[in-house]
Amino acid sequence: MPRPDNIGDAGESESAVTLGRFSGALLDPGQPTPAGLVGPNGKKADKRYNVYRNNVTVGLIGALFDIYPAIHRLVGDEFFRAMARSYVRERQPQSPLLFRYGGDFAEFLERFEPVRELAYLPDVARLERAWLHAFHAADAPPLDSAALAAIAPEELADQRFIAHPATRILRSRFAAVSIFSANRSGADLAGIDPGNAEDGLVTRREFDVEVRSLPGGGAEFLLALIDGGTLGEAADAATAVTQDFDLAAAIGAMLEAGAFTAIATRD
Amino acid sequence: MSKKTLVGASAVAGAVAMALSGATLVASTTAASAKEKCYGVSLAGQNDCAAGPGTTCAGTSTVDYQGNAWKLVENGTCATMELPGGRVGSLEPLDRDIPA
Repeated sequence: MPRPDNIGDAGESESAVTLGRFSGALLDPGQPTPAGLVGPNGKKADKRYNVYRNNVTVGLIGALFDIYPAIHRLVGDEFFRAMARSYVRERQPQSPLLFRYGGDFAEFLERFEPVRELAYLPDVARLERAWLHAFHAADAPPLDSAALAAIAPEELADQRFIAHPATRILRSRFAAVSIFSANRSGADLAGIDPGNAEDGLVTRREFDVEVRSLPGGGAEFLLALIDGGTLGEAADAATAVTQDFDLAAAIGAMLEAGAFTAIATRD
Repeated sequence: MSKKTLVGASAVAGAVAMALSGATLVASTTAASAKEKCYGVSLAGQNDCAAGPGTTCAGTSTVDYQGNAWKLVENGTCATMELPGGRVGSLEPLDRDIPA
């Protein structure tokens, strides 16, 4: 039985066993009130437990509403609530931190039959999750262009970079970035072809999370750098898939977005 | 030792130089539009939060104009904000209006 991760490995302790029994039935309305649970004067606690059950379920559904606003807007209020309830029924929180809840909502959407035709939905959810990750990631100064300017030109191709803690890249077979952006800003979806493959870059220089779509080769370029490759290797990786890859524009965009925090020092 | 790459070192250097000439422009515009943390100005429950690991404190302030809760505001506007009761915003945490 899954337990909240603040229990640590004290799995044998009496309180952990009690907590496990208490929480085990919370998200499964088919299960009876845990044995031994009583109200004042030793009365049965079925109603009280159901109130608690309801609050937990409503709270978790509310968290999904907050974490996935674009998905909510795409499928509508009623549909989202019903879909979220299905997810909550099968997923206990694994962390006491509510913003970690719903981490595999995208995978759930992939096998949730009623949204099978909305094939782009899981990638939009992944982008929303990446947005939240960037929002909560540690603060770090973005790479200063002056640091890059200080490198001797003949050594530039050998430089490696340290990724900013907020940086995430999402590769999608669908127009996930456009659909995400339109729904987050409340804009019209008209004119977006969902089947148009897009790669997205999520960053946070200071306080505001930014999501931008990457040109062809852009994801290969940044992923190679994030993997610890040199600037020259990353340029190769991008050019291999996109012949006319614009390296100068890619470097400019990576500085502007704050995708990296520093130049890695040589060992 | 540099590995031989398809895109030559000089091409990379040229691209960086080109990017940097554009990047100076970008850096100055982002600095001008930056926001600042302003303490003691948000209404109860309306504060923003540091986005560090494990923080979930956005919207956790319990009194209006709580001195140790901050909100993001446009740069340069914090200390000039006029609030009820002669209060003003501050770039540093304040001792006033702390919930008991």
